[in-house]
Amino acid sequence: MTYSRKGMSRRTLIKTGLAGVLATGVSPMIFTRGAWAQEFCNNPTGDTVTIGLNLPLSGAYAEEGADEQKAYQLAVQHLNGEGDGGLINVLTPSALKGNGVLGKKVAFVTSDSQTKADVARAGATRMIERDGAIMITGGSSSAEAVAVQGLCQEMGVIFMAGLTHSNDTTGKDKKRYGFRHFFNAYQSGIALGPVLGQEYGADRRAYHLTADYTWGWTQEESIKAATEALGWETVQAVRTPLGAADFSQYLTPVLNSGADVLILNHYGNDMVNSLTQAVQFGLRDRQANGKTFEIVTPLISELMAKGAGENVKGIFGTSNWHWNLQDPGTVAFTKSFGAAYGSPPSQAAHTAYVQTLLYADAVERAGTFYPPEVIKALEGFEFDGMGNGATLYRADDHQCMKSVLVVRGNESPTSQFDVLNVVREVPREEVDYDPTIFGGELGPAEPAPMC
Amino acid sequence: MFEVILLQFVNGLDKGGAYALIALGLTLVFGTLGVVNFAHGALFMLGAFCAVTFQKLITLETVTVDPTQLSPWGTPVEVREPLVQAWLGDFGAVLVNYSVPFSLLLAIPVMLIVGIVMERGLIKHFYKRPHAEQILVTFGLAIVLQEIVKAIFGANPIPQPVPADLRGAADIGAMIGLTPGIITYPIWRLVYFLFSAVVIAAVFAFLRFTTFGMVVRAGMADRETVGLLGINIDRRFTIMFGLAAVVAGMAGVMYTPLLPPNYHLGMDFLVLSFVVVVVGGMGSLPGAVAAGFLLGILQSFASMTQVKALVPGIDQIIIYLVAVVVLLVRPRGLMGRRGVMEA
Repeated sequence: MTYSRKGMSRRTLIKTGLAGVLATGVSPMIFTRGAWAQEFCNNPTGDTVTIGLNLPLSGAYAEEGADEQKAYQLAVQHLNGEGDGGLINVLTPSALKGNGVLGKKVAFVTSDSQTKADVARAGATRMIERDGAIMITGGSSSAEAVAVQGLCQEMGVIFMAGLTHSNDTTGKDKKRYGFRHFFNAYQSGIALGPVLGQEYGADRRAYHLTADYTWGWTQEESIKAATEALGWETVQAVRTPLGAADFSQYLTPVLNSGADVLILNHYGNDMVNSLTQAVQFGLRDRQANGKTFEIVTPLISELMAKGAGENVKGIFGTSNWHWNLQDPGTVAFTKSFGAAYGSPPSQAAHTAYVQTLLYADAVERAGTFYPPEVIKALEGFEFDGMGNGATLYRADDHQCMKSVLVVRGNESPTSQFDVLNVVREVPREEVDYDPTIFGGELGPAEPAPMC
Repeated sequence: MFEVILLQFVNGLDKGGAYALIALGLTLVFGTLGVVNFAHGALFMLGAFCAVTFQKLITLETVTVDPTQLSPWGTPVEVREPLVQAWLGDFGAVLVNYSVPFSLLLAIPVMLIVGIVMERGLIKHFYKRPHAEQILVTFGLAIVLQEIVKAIFGANPIPQPVPADLRGAADIGAMIGLTPGIITYPIWRLVYFLFSAVVIAAVFAFLRFTTFGMVVRAGMADRETVGLLGINIDRRFTIMFGLAAVVAGMAGVMYTPLLPPNYHLGMDFLVLSFVVVVVGGMGSLPGAVAAGFLLGILQSFASMTQVKALVPGIDQIIIYLVAVVVLLVRPRGLMGRRGVMEA
């Protein structure tokens, strides 16, 4: 043992130091952790709470963005006790009271993401840092969703994804702070495969045109897997730039490729354009390999069907939800939305609305806006009444597990909104899958110390 | 393989037609007024929206609310009756069917006025300013125009119908004696190519065979001397600006059935058109047309599966790649004149 000149042993010094560290740093963390943790990013202190809407109001998915915006406005009204209450009345179980969230009025700020991932990320950053958004939601592109969800994980702000269909969103790019109500490309494949087999047989040769980003890639992969399992052959899969507008140079090679099915892995305006142009090229009047040439659009919405007009008649695809379903949730939402805007809601609007309510409900159940607690409330939450039947927010990957719709372009529409028919409602058990197949890590729930 | 190449070639021609028409107008403005007009794409877009406006006008409906029928969301159903058919009978139906070609009748005077107002109201104040300032002001104008269109028509594309008789595809293969059903091409795209060829020929004929055209060509070669001869060359150049606007507008109108127009349409074409003008040679009208078709065809071939397999992503960069090569080998472009933008 050695002594210091001033009579303090090294051991005493270490002991004193340790005691000091405990006294000033660690022990308050142990004893007052809950109180300290309430100081989190954008903890609302006034009588309002702000959510950030990140919407593609221009670009290839602008139409979906505009419809999502309407739905968010409606959701905020309903949460604040205005209007007819919409789905608040039918969500079960529900902690929502129609007096805001935890007694605070809900306000929102909006940013145009332009259907671009970098703009979406910049918009979300601005809404978190400048506008104090407690939660970010919206988007109609998986590239945006993946980018914004990554940012939200870093900032410790919850992201309730809007329309995003890529397997990656809740697969390899999943995040603890990101939640997706919308279904995914893999589930589209499971749902659509049997119907395609039944309608078009097992001996088909498919040509894919695919939007060249995360969603297109995963949809192509999923639909290829589903159709090849039927016995179909994939002739070619060609990537097209997002927002290409004129697809004619990609359609001409289809004509003499030996394919008898064209699968358009496009969405939004891209799908409207590629489908319209494919029909102009006479593909639907064509005979190939002794069969009628067919076009398939694996992900389709009523907005796109409306945009494509007559060209969509008879074409198969899948949807997350359709306003024409007859369950109480769908009827209530269609009524609220139709009365407010004079048209039925799209699937993009539906998922946006539902995500807002689910977040608000989770906050009410958690009793706090503190993100880790809200995350806990959402993970494994089983609910019903939102238009998709009994639904589970799966804890492993934050993917909502629910039924999927196979739809077909209406041959004889009775109105401009009556453009798609639901051919089959594929039950949740059939579209269930092992969350580990797409890899990825959710990451930690503890929020970043600063945002 | 022959049929694949032929199809891509035809596809290149119809793309090239649009590029050539826009580049022709750009070059006309640059050659006469010496202005680099970044608002030219917006003129293409305005033309397309003339078609949209015309179609909206002739499909106006009377709306009556029928309280006996309810929509799925519980509001009374609106019953709509088309007005034009009610007034004009069969001709009204023809007008609706052929709304796109008929809207040229609206687009030509509108675009002429837009062009003249644009030149007299804004661009003439920038003649003696540096090119960079001209680019900034015209680019700003393009943004203003597209935001106005966005405010009126919204951000979403508005599809325009192909006339019923011209829908579907023509069997080009059968026409040239090949096996039927192998080489088919959309009729409207063939119409567009023919239309662009006619407009280009008309512009060249106008400049070549009319006195007005001769004076304009003389002014392009030596503005000062023409002015000294007592000819009001400025007035003629203003009209040429209007003419360039009309050409861009007509190109926009006829393009609407191929691509539902949105407010951003002009910007999508603008960059491409500038590349076309640069490749063709600044100020050269034949250069602009030749480069328009050349780049259209190259872009089409670069999108072939076999080519993309060799060089992935080539379809997206081919135009710029060609521009780089042309500028390295022939810095004035394919048919550029000495002294243009070299001062």
